[in-house]
Amino acid sequence: MSIPTDRKYCETHEWFAGEDNTITMGISQFAADELTDITYVELPEIGKVVSVGDVVGEVESVKATSEIFSAVDGEIIEVNEALADHPELINDDAFDKGWIAKIKVSSTASLESLMDAEQYKTFMAGTH
Amino acid sequence: MTVTQTVQRTPLYDTHVSMGGRMVDFAGWDLPICFTSINEEHAHTRTACSVFDVSHMGRLALTGKECQSFLDRLCTRNLSQAEPGRSYYSHICNEDGGILDDVIVSRFEKRWGIVCNASNREKITNWIVQQSKGLDVSLKDLTTTTAMLALQGPKTLELANEITGKDLSGLKRYRFIEYSYLIMKISVYRCGYTGEDGIEVVVPASAIKMMLPKLFGTKGNPNPLIKPAGLGARDTLRIEAAMPLYGHELSEDWDSLTAGQSWCVDLEKDFIGADAMRKLRDQGLPKQMVGLELDGKRIARQHYKVFAGGKEVGEVTSGTLSPTLGKSIAMAFVKTGEAEVGKTLEVEMGSKRTGATVVKLPFYKRPKGS
Repeated sequence: MSIPTDRKYCETHEWFAGEDNTITMGISQFAADELTDITYVELPEIGKVVSVGDVVGEVESVKATSEIFSAVDGEIIEVNEALADHPELINDDAFDKGWIAKIKVSSTASLESLMDAEQYKTFMAGTH
Repeated sequence: MTVTQTVQRTPLYDTHVSMGGRMVDFAGWDLPICFTSINEEHAHTRTACSVFDVSHMGRLALTGKECQSFLDRLCTRNLSQAEPGRSYYSHICNEDGGILDDVIVSRFEKRWGIVCNASNREKITNWIVQQSKGLDVSLKDLTTTTAMLALQGPKTLELANEITGKDLSGLKRYRFIEYSYLIMKISVYRCGYTGEDGIEVVVPASAIKMMLPKLFGTKGNPNPLIKPAGLGARDTLRIEAAMPLYGHELSEDWDSLTAGQSWCVDLEKDFIGADAMRKLRDQGLPKQMVGLELDGKRIARQHYKVFAGGKEVGEVTSGTLSPTLGKSIAMAFVKTGEAEVGKTLEVEMGSKRTGATVVKLPFYKRPKGS
């Protein structure tokens, strides 16, 4: 499985990409594969203010329902509306077309403590 | 004390891994949840033929002169007229009517077979030993020395004729045949757990891999009609067909009548739990099983609460997003009287309540003639 190196990863399998004020988030392909067929995505409301550790939304699959958490402080400025009708986009392409939300942040400092692609790979090997 | 739980593997474990199966622990067995995607495997089962490894299920053999009368007392189903070559779905209950397991009992010429749930195998084995004390009944557990495959889907029978070299089209539902192939005994049952036509095959564990090229074809020449499927699709298929699953619709905490399975209960005969169930029948059942079709695409999961006019009336036992219907469906227990078809209820999902309509079960019935 190839893990994009242009982003950071949480132990709860979310990814966060972007260097400036706009951070895009989603869940990793590993998480999507683990959940199996995703059937529903609860998207956050635009304008919602989130802090590190807050629940941003939920991803439901045939197998389980899983909350997704923010790793940044900021405001939701965009959500992937396509997921409303096509939640399977996350299964097909979790790192790109299956993005979940964009968050406007004043600082990306909280991302520094997250894992990079290499560390996340090692982490996944340990959970599997 | 430390308890080390080792996860068991079926004889096909390596095959699953090599075919891309995503392995999970199910009732202490390492089994594939899916190979490609649950939805794909579900659709393939509804249109062609899927192969499920169900070797984890308990396979018990009973011999002895008193088997028939013993099993008739053990099982809710009337087995006093059971004929060789036939299989019977039944429950095994305790004295209170609580369901210990749901099983398939098959009568062979010289023995009886029971297929039970993997999670209940130890419990049922102990129960049989305890209940048959002093009787001419002996029990042998064949679970690890045999393997079991379920082939399910509308194309199964024609394919099975090719695979087995036997004409199985005359084999009716809930009948089985046993035959010798080379030096091994193979039994083929016309039953399943998907709502499709199909068969279940039991072979010696050591011989199961020999069957694989016959099933899936060879590497360069795969048979596109037959594909492996995992536990995920098995669950979505059985929910559409409204087939109960132990731990969801069936439990020691309630009885077979409440579970909506009175068709497999003969209250005219004596069996363990019969008195309790007759009493319940006379008093009236406090709750009953219903089918729900929910608004939206969210899945109602086990233990989600069901409401009628703001009052809590029950609880979901199983739910899924039906791949065939594209709708969120669920089975639930509700208070008797809240269960008429067409009635609008609500299911609590997190902080919100979602509308749900009571519908007739099953959600899916295979087209006639297939």
